[in-house]
Formats: sequence, structure tokens, C-alpha cells
Amino acid sequence: MSIWEYANPAKFMRTTGAMLPWLLPVAVAATVGGVVWGFLTPDDYRQGSTVKIMYMHVPAAMMAINVWVMMLVASVIWIVRRHHVSALAARAAAPVGAVMTLIALATGAIWGQPMWGTWWEWDPRLTSFLILFLFYLGYVALWSAIEDPDSAADLTGVLCLVGSVFALLSRYAVLFWNQGLHQGASLSVASGERMSAVYRYPLYLAMLGFAALSLALILIRTRTEIRRRRLAALQARELRS
Amino acid sequence: MIRLRARDLAVSRGGLRVIEGVDVDLSAGDALILQGPNGAGKTTLLRTIAGLQPPAAGTIEAPEESIAYAAHADAVKPTLTAAENLAFWARVFGGSDRGVLARFDLADLAGRPAARLSAGQRRRLGLARLAVTGRPIWALDEPTVSLDRGSVARFTDVLRAHLGQGGIAIIASHLELDLPARVLDLRAHRAAPGRVARPSSFNEAFG
Amino acid sequence: MRALLLRDLRLAIRAGGGFGLGLCFFLILTVLVPFGIGPARAGLAAVAPGILWVGALLACLLSLDRIFALDHEDGSLDLLATSPLPLEGVVAIKALAHWLTTGLPLVVAAPVFGLLLQLPFAAMPWLVLSLLLGTPALSVLGAFGAALTVGLRRGGLLMSALVLPLYIPTLIFGAEITRRGAEGAPVAAPVALIAGITLASAALIPFAAAAALRVNLR
Repeated sequence: MSIWEYANPAKFMRTTGAMLPWLLPVAVAATVGGVVWGFLTPDDYRQGSTVKIMYMHVPAAMMAINVWVMMLVASVIWIVRRHHVSALAARAAAPVGAVMTLIALATGAIWGQPMWGTWWEWDPRLTSFLILFLFYLGYVALWSAIEDPDSAADLTGVLCLVGSVFALLSRYAVLFWNQGLHQGASLSVASGERMSAVYRYPLYLAMLGFAALSLALILIRTRTEIRRRRLAALQARELRS
Repeated sequence: MIRLRARDLAVSRGGLRVIEGVDVDLSAGDALILQGPNGAGKTTLLRTIAGLQPPAAGTIEAPEESIAYAAHADAVKPTLTAAENLAFWARVFGGSDRGVLARFDLADLAGRPAARLSAGQRRRLGLARLAVTGRPIWALDEPTVSLDRGSVARFTDVLRAHLGQGGIAIIASHLELDLPARVLDLRAHRAAPGRVARPSSFNEAFG
Repeated sequence: MRALLLRDLRLAIRAGGGFGLGLCFFLILTVLVPFGIGPARAGLAAVAPGILWVGALLACLLSLDRIFALDHEDGSLDLLATSPLPLEGVVAIKALAHWLTTGLPLVVAAPVFGLLLQLPFAAMPWLVLSLLLGTPALSVLGAFGAALTVGLRRGGLLMSALVLPLYIPTLIFGAEITRRGAEGAPVAAPVALIAGITLASAALIPFAAAAALRVNLR
């Protein structure tokens, strides 16, 4: 059995149809659990209670990037292997990623106000997320502007490839500015322990929740896209005969 | 020996097959006229043969870079003169534009900007471009639109000469052309709706 | 290839506004800025590198849809696609023609606009160099955006939305070179990076743009 079997629309619908009733409750429970558990942790000695927004900010930021990577993989699969479900999955993922980016930006602004005394700062990390958001918007706009789904899938695929290179390039280009206000990575293994377990476990749970939630939303949206294409195909055939 | 073959060709427009099961076998000196009502897929078939879009199924065999395509649009730049327009395409295709304007009765208009040509004169300029490509297979989409009777006759002469020199022509036309040509009625090849083995579009994959 | 370049240049000149339009837009922008932020010398000099670069970018954006839209409308693009020229080469030549008609005039005229914005004299060579190195990337990336949206009736705004994010790295490095030039700081790193972006874009983007054109032609 090959993994590509799941690219068959009927097989995809069956599999995801069986998955979602489990995935969705797990996603909601882990997200709510992680965020609430995070709120019950003691205040940070330096950042006070504001640190608790981390339980939304960090997972959302993580998913903002991961969803783009998923879109990139789906686009490459579409361009190379021409599996239609893959193109639809890339399309379905874009708004989810855009919302995750927006959550990361908004929670970052709310966190930044008490911490740095400003809602917005042209700091490398913030700026690269804003740029990522622009790329999401462009991708979604191109999909919705082109009527013919075959052209739209190909063109957005090419845009995703080129956009990924330039998003990455922008990420490093903004480092050219002075070192920003943003702290380094929250959970880095290499540089040793930075965060105590009290804060770390709720964060892991919230990350799991956001990942599962994104996956569930993408699957639901992909299923909707498949049904929409099916409807369009039937209507087109109806018009012809 | 130049030859154009298409086997079991299916072409699609907007993700839906319009015609299928088309077999074409043309060799030097042959002309084929495509007939069918609007929307039958004449333009789509010509664009597919010209290589502008991939066939939904089937194969097309023709020598590399042998097909010259003339669409509805004339690809004439209004700010360039007739001679400049033609010279440009001659250089792009590596052909020669010597004497071509005269053959299409445009010699007197050579220095005139294409913006000041009439619709019929522009059309003739668009068709003259075929002659400068130096390509043996001509794929023509409604070549006689906006031509008067004299121009149609003149164009038919050019076509006949082209075929006489071992060329091939596929023509989508409503007008009867005075040519020894086979006729392919696309109504007989109208695609039947239904599932296809290898979907080439979203509409086929989800239909 | 040369025939295509010459034709595009000739069309740009005959159609009017080929060379002038971008420059005119650039001039208006530079004149408007002092009205917006006040005529104080120090204030203007501080923002001059950024304004000049953003202006160059917008002036470039203004004429992007000309790259393919007209040729698509009148059927020329179909013929170019079936011609012996590789479509990638067509894209590269058209981007070059676009740069010669909009980018190059800006490079030449930039010092004058720099004067208007009180850009320090020491920064002038760096401004010219950064534009010379950076604007070709703007034209090539613009050609990619134009190729993506060529089939759309109102593609202009969408094209801007797609192309502007791609311009960010070039803009950052270009303005940085000029700023560092004005301050007398070392400029080698951003110069190398902007040249790298331009070279890589010129080498690779035509393939992506040609792929997009093929999709839009079928």
C-alpha cells in the first residue's frame, strides 16, 4: 500500500471522515487545557502575569510557520505528482496559517505593550511575521482571483515556491537591522534550560493543542474544498449536456 | 517528408473535454478544414495542435518547431509600421520577409503604422506573418474573418501555393474555401460526459 | 532575442511615456515628500535613502503590467510561445527591456532627486550603485508577478500585492547601502547581498515566470 492512495479524493474523504470525530475533541481539549493550565502557573519573577499570554503566542507562532511549510510541501506534491487533493489542501491551509500569524502578531502586541512599552516595534522577529502574513494574503488572493481551478492550482503552486524563498530571505534580511527587543527562542534545547518545568509542560500541551487544531481545521477545509470542486464539476457537466 | 499525426486526441476547455477521439494524419500538400458550431472546440483543438496547451488524452506527432499558429488576434502592434511588424516576426522565427508584403497586397502600406490600417488590412498583415515564419504546418483559426472577397481569393492562392510547396494546413473556417481539402466535422467527436481513466483537470478528477 | 529587445524598446518609446512615466512619478514623489514631512534639512536627509528607494520601487511597479498584458491581449504572446525562442528567454528579455525603460533612467536621475531630498553628497555614489545593482531584481521579480496575473482582467492591484512582499529584501539592502554610505559606514556586506539577490533572481525567476505564462496561455 502506498501513501499516495490517500490522494484519491474518495479515500481521503473516508479516512478524514473517520479521523475528525476524534481529532477535533482532542484538539479543543488540548488547546483549552494548555491555555488554562498556563494561566494557573505562578507569575514570572520578572515578567509578572503577562507571561501567560505566551501559551497562545508561542504555539500560534509555531503553527504560523509550520502551516506555511505544509503548504509548501503540498504545493510541491501538486507540481510534481499532480494529486488534486494536495492542491486543495494547500489552498485550505492558507487561511488557517494566516489566522495563526495574526494571532501571533496580536498576542505579541498585547504582550509587548507592558513589556517593552510599545504595541509595535520594527523588530526582526515581528517584522518577519508581518512579512509572512503578507505572503499568506497574496497566496489567498491569487487563489480567489483565478476562476479556473487548474490554472489557479498551478499558479499558486509556483507562487508558493518563489514566495517561500523570499519569505526566508526577508527573515534574514531584517536581521540586518539592529538586534531587536524580542527575546530569543522560548524553548531552545541547545542553549540549556531556560524555562522551568512548571511553565514548560503547559506550553507543550498548548502547542499540541494548536497543532491538532490547525490540522483539524485544515482537514475540514480540505473536505469542504473537495465537496465544492465536486459540485462545480457536476454543475459544469450539467451545463454541457 | 513533413507529416502531422494526431491519434485518439482529446482536448479540454475549462477543465472539461470538448472533443475526443480525433485522428488526424496529414502529409505534405494536405489541407484539413475543421467544421462545427460555435463552442465545438475548433480553437481549442488548434491551440492544442500548436502546442499551446497539453492534450487531455492522445498524442500529437509533428517535427519540432514546424507549426505556425494564427489566432483570432492578429498580434499586430499599432505603433509599428506594417513592414516593421512583419520584419520583427521574420527575425523571431528566423525566416525572410522579402516579397511577402506584396504577396498579401500590402506593399503600398508598408510604411504605414498598423494603427491606421483597416480591419481587413490588419488581418492580411496577421496572415502575412505565416509566410515569414518559414514553417511548413499552418494552423489557422478563422483566417478569412473581416477579409473582402478579393482578399479571400488572394489568401486562398497563397494557401494553395503553400500546399503546392509541400506545406500542410489545418483551418477552422465557416467560409467555403476553394481548396482541395478534407473536412473534419467536430460534431462527430463531441466528448461524452463520464469518468475518465486519467483525470487531467479538477473537473475530471471530481466529476 | 535582440529583435524582441529592440521591438520592446521601440514600442515603449513610440507608445509615449516609456522612459518618462516612471521618472515623472519619481519626481512627483520626491517633490511631495518635503511638503509632507517639512523642509528641515536634517529631517529630509534622514529619510532620503528610504524615500528614494521606496520611490524607485513604486515607479517600477507602476509599469509592470505593460510587460506582458499588451502582448497577451493582441495574441503576440501566443506566437512568442510557439516561436523558436525559449519562453524563459522571452521573459528575461522583456524584464531587461522593462529595466532599460524604467530602472536605468531612475539610476541616472537618482542623484538629482537625492539633491532635492538633501541626501549627503557622500551618499550619492552609493545611491547610484545600490539602484544599479538592485533595480534589475525589481524588474525580474515584477515580470514574475506580471506573468502570474496576465490572464486576469483586473490583475494590477493583485499583482502589486504579490510583488511587493518579494521586493522587501532588495529594498532593505538597497536603502541600507545608501544609509551606510551617508554615514560613511562599511557597505561591502549589503552590496554583496543585493548583487546576490539580483543575480539569483535574474538566473532563476525567468523559469518560474515562464512556467506561469505557460499556465496562463493554455
